[in-house]
Amino acid sequence: MESIQALKNQDHSSGRLLKDKLVLIGVVILSLVTISPIMLIIFKLVMEGYRQISLDFLIQNTPDTFEAMTAVANGEKIPGGIANGIVGTLVMVVLAAVIAIPVGVLTGIYLYENQGKMMANLTRNVSDILQGVPSIVLGLISYLWVVKHVTSGYSALAGSVSLAIMMLPMIVRSTEETLKMIPQTLKEAALALGVPYHKVILRVLVPTGFSGLLTGILLGISRILGETAPLLLTALGSSRINLDISEPTSAIPLLIWEFYNDPNMIDLIWSSSLLLMAIVLILNIVSKQLAGKRN
Amino acid sequence: MTNTIAEVKKPILSINDLSIAYDKNYAVKNVSVEIKKNTVTAIMGPSGCGKSTLLRALNRMHELYENISTEGEVLLNDSNIYDMSPIKLRRHMGMVFQRPNPFPTMSIYDNVIAGYKLNGIRTKKKERDEIVERSLRDVALWDEVKDSLYKKGTFLSGGQQQRLCIARALAFSPEVILMDEPTSALDPIATSKVEDLLVKLKENYTIVLVTHNMSQAARISDYSLFMYLGELVEYGKTKNMFTNPIDPRTEEYLTGKFG
Repeated sequence: MESIQALKNQDHSSGRLLKDKLVLIGVVILSLVTISPIMLIIFKLVMEGYRQISLDFLIQNTPDTFEAMTAVANGEKIPGGIANGIVGTLVMVVLAAVIAIPVGVLTGIYLYENQGKMMANLTRNVSDILQGVPSIVLGLISYLWVVKHVTSGYSALAGSVSLAIMMLPMIVRSTEETLKMIPQTLKEAALALGVPYHKVILRVLVPTGFSGLLTGILLGISRILGETAPLLLTALGSSRINLDISEPTSAIPLLIWEFYNDPNMIDLIWSSSLLLMAIVLILNIVSKQLAGKRN
Repeated sequence: MTNTIAEVKKPILSINDLSIAYDKNYAVKNVSVEIKKNTVTAIMGPSGCGKSTLLRALNRMHELYENISTEGEVLLNDSNIYDMSPIKLRRHMGMVFQRPNPFPTMSIYDNVIAGYKLNGIRTKKKERDEIVERSLRDVALWDEVKDSLYKKGTFLSGGQQQRLCIARALAFSPEVILMDEPTSALDPIATSKVEDLLVKLKENYTIVLVTHNMSQAARISDYSLFMYLGELVEYGKTKNMFTNPIDPRTEEYLTGKFG
């Protein structure tokens, strides 16, 4: 009894408050450390890149080295832009999405419908492994499959195939997770109305989980937007706008790599990176908003 | 009064020697019952007695579960439902679930007409309007929602959502409406509204209702089934069963000794 009283009378509050403060300060500092890289990156890109950003930057093709060199020598802005890269990225990403979305969504539905079955577990594991395959390896595979045998040369299609494979596991996973969150009762409600199975999936489950599916797709797209390694082996690059998917095509990250290798085009690296970063950031924010809306 | 009318009526559903097993564990054992037209029949019993399984067997929703085996037959107007396509059968047998489950992507209007829309049954706009109005009037929801038909069904209160789900089941003009504890997620006021509705609906429909709530069964049902461990213990007029149960197990359940 006495010892309990003694314990009660002990005053730990000052020590505890101090500890509490220290932990709080530690947490805040470490959080700042976590967000500082992205802040520094955005700051650097804006500071170095904004000068080149203009309408021309968006609608003109890349200048050749000589033009850039003259401009740099005269202290002028480098002429031209990265329209070939913007269009190429757009073409390849859209094509990759067209390939990956149906396959990914259907696979996700298959996994959702066959929880715990062996084939589904195998598919899920293989899909997870696919997510870990280095992108350069996917580029090599697409080079072997498409560049050598389908388009007989570097092409946007080959780039899209490698990007589609990269995107696939993300779509599969997000589709399955989204469908799992839809209450079973909704499916039963539709089935009880005599709705055939495929229509239950396509007209009830998919629309209900639409924002979730879209979130997965947008995150997948933002992931492949910046991919460079597989495109080096497949799309190669091009100095003009190309809409023919069987021809070599440029992309924003490919251009950044090219600019890096050309000492006259340093300024363009920053502005191209800024543009790419902005697109990825916007996609991420939009998909976060969608996910928030769903929950 | 209703009981005497019901007595002469032909059964709409005849369940003959129905057994259902999950992985060889029988959830429903040799149940035989005739359910009469334009009545409310309540299925009662303690948890796990097989009442939901029996109900779901009537529109073949139990087949969604894995490793299920069904023996015996269920005749809907003399044709065996296990020989029909489940899709067609379910259009004759509306179902209402424990929790209101309107389709969250659809408006109130689209929820009511969902059976037609999702099945791709073509109807004229005027016809659709009529079906929606009739179904919503049937569940006494029309006056409450007629100005917000194009709002999402999920904006309604729980009780309204449940009535919307009943309207959705009524839109097909089914012969039988199966209800799986339709008021267990509702507050007392919403419950009494739904109960009043069921009594009114039996003029045109036949209702089979699973309920945990004995007083609900006593209030609204004409016939009652008492199930225990998968067996049908007793079946008869609700009035008789509550006043004078034949089987001692029924009496024990009704007096609250178990369940």
